[in-house]
Amino acid sequence: MNQPTPGQPAVPVLALGDVLLVSLQGELHDGMAEQLQHDITSRVATSGVTGVVIDISGVEIVDSFLGRVLAEIASTARLLAARTVLAGMRPAVAITLVELGLTLPGLVTALDVDRAMELLSRGGS
Amino acid sequence: MQQSGQASATSLPIGSDADLAWVRQQVRQCAAQLGFGLVQQTKLVTAASELARNTLVHGGGGRAEITPLDNGRTRGLRMCFIDSGPGIRDLELAMTDGYTTGGGLGLGLSGAKRLVHEFSVDTEPGRGTTVTAVAWVAQVPASRPGVR
Repeated sequence: MNQPTPGQPAVPVLALGDVLLVSLQGELHDGMAEQLQHDITSRVATSGVTGVVIDISGVEIVDSFLGRVLAEIASTARLLAARTVLAGMRPAVAITLVELGLTLPGLVTALDVDRAMELLSRGGS
Repeated sequence: MQQSGQASATSLPIGSDADLAWVRQQVRQCAAQLGFGLVQQTKLVTAASELARNTLVHGGGGRAEITPLDNGRTRGLRMCFIDSGPGIRDLELAMTDGYTTGGGLGLGLSGAKRLVHEFSVDTEPGRGTTVTAVAWVAQVPASRPGVR
């Protein structure tokens, strides 16, 4: 089997003050998505951040698997006292998700990272 | 309804999550070359991802075949997902939104069907499953049942 890239690079998770910023780019293999879920959860638990921003402006498709992972990250972070905002979804991805039947009602969204940060800094729910 | 392929099919193995990523890239590239717009490309790639994952998770792996189509009026893309796994015992149930045996959200088959123009499932318990999805460039679907 010719695997295109053995040893996928990990998705960078940056701490900016009280917020973790995660930027997803391009093709995300299922295994990487699950790894990311574990990484974010342990970072939230150990660092005591109060917010997580997941930037998906560089993601060309979100299927039901990635959608489920994103929703689970948000649910888990919430149980660990951090709020998650999904930022920068492309319009074509939004249209496709609705048609797919995956509207992710539990996820808070923002048009871009700046707005997501603002949303988190305002506090409230 | 079988359309005869105008060009030869590209066959891609489905045996790992890296293969799923490769199928998505190939469908994206093929759809762009055929003239599908960005939203249609996104729908096609998403449908391919759902169906290829079904082939991997439920069918124990298999292959995808991607075929460019031309019916004289417009161009299209046919995607077949073929496995020789256990097959689907109750197709009607498997096509229901929210029904899952794989630990997912149960949107794979029913969701993918809404993203393309033509959709068929050929399955038999013990013999495997072939799912065929076809989309045409710049054609509005006649109806979109189940869109919330």
